[in-house]
Amino acid sequence: MATVQLKQVRKSYDGFEVIKGVDLTIRDQELTVFVGPSGCGKSTLLRLIAGLEEITSGDLLIDHQRANDVAPAKRGLAIVFQSYALYPHMNVADNMSFSLKLAGIPKPERDKKVMEAARILNLETFLDRKPKALSGGQRQRVAIGRAIVRDPKVFLFDEPLSNLDAALRVRMRLELTKLHRQLRATMIYVTHDQVEAMTMADRIVVLQAGIIEQVGSPMDLYRYPRNIFVAGFIGSPKMNFMEASIAQVLQGGSVVVALANGATLSVPAVDGMAGAGDKVTVGIRPEHISLASSDGISAQVQTVEHLGSESYLHLNIASGELLTVRINGETTVVPDQQVQLKMEPRSLHLFNKEGSTMRSLPTSTA
Amino acid sequence: MIISDQELSQNVVPATATRRKSWRDSVGVLSLKTPAISALFIWSIIPLLMTIWFSFRRYNLMAPDRTGFDGLGNYRYLLTDPSLALAIWNTVLLVGSVLAITIGLGTLLAVLFDQEFFGRGIARLLVLAPFFIMPTVSALVWKNMLMNPDNGFLAFTMRSVGLKPINWFGVAPLTAVIIIVAWQWLPFAVLTLLTAVQSLDGERKEAARMDGAGPIAMFRYIIWPHLGRAIAATTMIESIFFLAIFAEIYVTTSGGPGFASTNLSFLIYRYALMEYDVGGASVAGLVAIVLANILALFLMRSFARNLDA
Amino acid sequence: MISSKLRQKWAVTLLAWSVALLLAFPVFWIVLTGFKTETEAISRVPHFFFHPTLENYQAVGERANYFHFAWNSIVVSLGSTFLALLLAIPCSYAMAFFPTKRTKDTLLWMLSTKMMPSVGVLVPIYLIFRDTGLLDTKTGLLAIDAMLNLPIIIWMLYTFFKEVPREVLEAARMDGAGPLRELYDLLLPLSMPGIASTSLLAIILAWNEAFWSLTLTAAKAAPLTAFIASFSSPEGLFYAKLSAASTMAIAPILLLGWASQKQLVRGLTFGAVK
Repeated sequence: MATVQLKQVRKSYDGFEVIKGVDLTIRDQELTVFVGPSGCGKSTLLRLIAGLEEITSGDLLIDHQRANDVAPAKRGLAIVFQSYALYPHMNVADNMSFSLKLAGIPKPERDKKVMEAARILNLETFLDRKPKALSGGQRQRVAIGRAIVRDPKVFLFDEPLSNLDAALRVRMRLELTKLHRQLRATMIYVTHDQVEAMTMADRIVVLQAGIIEQVGSPMDLYRYPRNIFVAGFIGSPKMNFMEASIAQVLQGGSVVVALANGATLSVPAVDGMAGAGDKVTVGIRPEHISLASSDGISAQVQTVEHLGSESYLHLNIASGELLTVRINGETTVVPDQQVQLKMEPRSLHLFNKEGSTMRSLPTSTA
Repeated sequence: MIISDQELSQNVVPATATRRKSWRDSVGVLSLKTPAISALFIWSIIPLLMTIWFSFRRYNLMAPDRTGFDGLGNYRYLLTDPSLALAIWNTVLLVGSVLAITIGLGTLLAVLFDQEFFGRGIARLLVLAPFFIMPTVSALVWKNMLMNPDNGFLAFTMRSVGLKPINWFGVAPLTAVIIIVAWQWLPFAVLTLLTAVQSLDGERKEAARMDGAGPIAMFRYIIWPHLGRAIAATTMIESIFFLAIFAEIYVTTSGGPGFASTNLSFLIYRYALMEYDVGGASVAGLVAIVLANILALFLMRSFARNLDA
Repeated sequence: MISSKLRQKWAVTLLAWSVALLLAFPVFWIVLTGFKTETEAISRVPHFFFHPTLENYQAVGERANYFHFAWNSIVVSLGSTFLALLLAIPCSYAMAFFPTKRTKDTLLWMLSTKMMPSVGVLVPIYLIFRDTGLLDTKTGLLAIDAMLNLPIIIWMLYTFFKEVPREVLEAARMDGAGPLRELYDLLLPLSMPGIASTSLLAIILAWNEAFWSLTLTAAKAAPLTAFIASFSSPEGLFYAKLSAASTMAIAPILLLGWASQKQLVRGLTFGAVK
């Protein structure tokens, strides 16, 4: 049972604020992923929780106890660094048992814990090796093992997979998810990769410029992004955005918007938030646009990317805006071809001038 | 099990914002630094203050009872002493010439030793050797076994090609000292500049070669600009050491004949430990410090930049 | 094409080796002369081929009390290096890993103490030493050498410590290591190569230090630099014995110097050239 709670946490360096008042609760046994572009403050936030940086103002509560002034090692947390940060002069077993040794735990018990962690991570045969003699993936596992033996309340991961090659990254992603299920531990995971966030997280925290943009389950964020930033950040390929204005507000909450090329779309929106003539942005994901035989928005194909299982079309619509469409891999569409696009009204997102969504959000995504 | 945020925020000790670094941490860190810093502080400040104090006093070790405040007496005496001007001039000449020789030759040799050739490792060690020879040894060996006009090796070489041997320390004592010091310090310049040349990114050189740069263009446009920083650093470090050259003069010429090879260091030594004039030596010491500080001003600025890099 | 490249390589070899041999010649000459008789040594025509003798080494060892001075050199250079390391390691550690706003200024100030010419403070140091009985003692010279090298050592260690990945130390902190643990269990083992080369440089500089050795020591505490200088008096001038004594004085340091040549640049340029 471990929760982490941040209340109005701020961090500034020499008067420059990088974390601008974060309120967040990390729930027990969940894998929470902090995601955002580089410089958004996600790593700093993790280091504040770890105690490697000092909180400028606000409160950090670990299991309801204020932990601002608790020494890093006493917080009951373990961190896995991006560079692994293994102790190069110690072998794998010593790397893992260092914290236990410092805590004065007797050798037999230390060995037992190390063996157990090694078993979980398939490291039994490497215990005598120095980090130098390990592959990237093995080093990564040692770093995780070092965290496991401490039996921490919360595991912290700081971009742990970004030094691995693509194939290994996918495998470690699965292993970490499995590990999380196996240990039933609270984990905080920092990454800049939205795919990692989507695939691993129980809950995602999207950060930008030191502010939390949205918190929610992966599918909630995918379906109900609260603003343009989250909409554009989550999902790959990126959501398409088109400038538009509201042409008509209909009964029952729907609106009709006019795109820059004159086409009109009807979008379900929230009552009372829109008035005719308002400038808005319409968003739609590439996978929610399909090709129609006729009667759609006409567009010209610029490039076609074949990925085998699927294809991406990059299209120009009459307004000059560029759209990406995801279709099946067997498409015969070629560059310069004229096509007609169909967009499902239910899949359309509508954002106001400030970039906030105009659709009603399910209450679970605060 | 999932609990709501409201539940979580209960039974929490209310806490105020904290900025203060923990007291124990700062004291701990401070206690690590203090011994070294205070030792250096004492070493650099107390003698300096004493030098300033003595410079205003009449104080000769031979007549310890005749001390007292002398105002600017020492300054008046020393600053009108023609040997001071000569010593400063000799110092400038010494520092300047050795700098020019070591940096100039050093750059050329650095580029030479950057090339691939047979036995490069060993040749490099040989070039380096003079730097590790203690100054008194180099000076004595050069004076007696190499530059001696009668049985020195240089004299032999000159005779064998039909030239008249030079009486180095009789005719050109300062030049002789310059040669010795340059020989000692050339390896340092070579090594530093060689390190810099080698730190040059290989791909940049290859790119230049693909762009059609020959050896001269390569040196002029790629290597030389890259060396700037190393040359600056070498110049500064060498200047510090050259300002304080002492042993080479002490062992070879004792500053003579007359004052012909007396630099500031040796002049102060003369005042202090040969004439026992503490006051005079202190004033000369202050002159040396001022001179060094003028140099240091440039030095520090450049090193401060390096710290940022 | 290949042959012209090879020809160029041979040309460079020839040129570079000529320069190297020319520069190293005096050192070679010292070593050679040490094995000659005094008569051969002062001959107007240099002897390259001769019957080597060890008599100079015996003479230097027995009559000139060489080992007394060598011992002084060893004590002073090792002792001063040890003392300076003792002061420098905690200081560099603190500055590298717990930097404050003033750390940079502190480092620059330390560097600036190195720029004060020794002669500028000769008089007060001499008087202090005279009045505290430190004149002509190994302790006194040892302390001076430690102070002379302290800024260089702190700077070198600082740059070496800076290269230890910050995250490794943070991992240790998360594992419960206090500052002293961090220093002894991690930082020192990890930067051992750097500390070793720093020590080597300090030993070399102390071994060869001449100004304070010549001004502050006499018969009792004089190290080899001062001992060699005593050969400059006309009555002490025996080339072969001078050469034998010199060879013994420079050999250990030459070997150490060659071993530490890479770090030497870094140390003496205060990290500006690496």
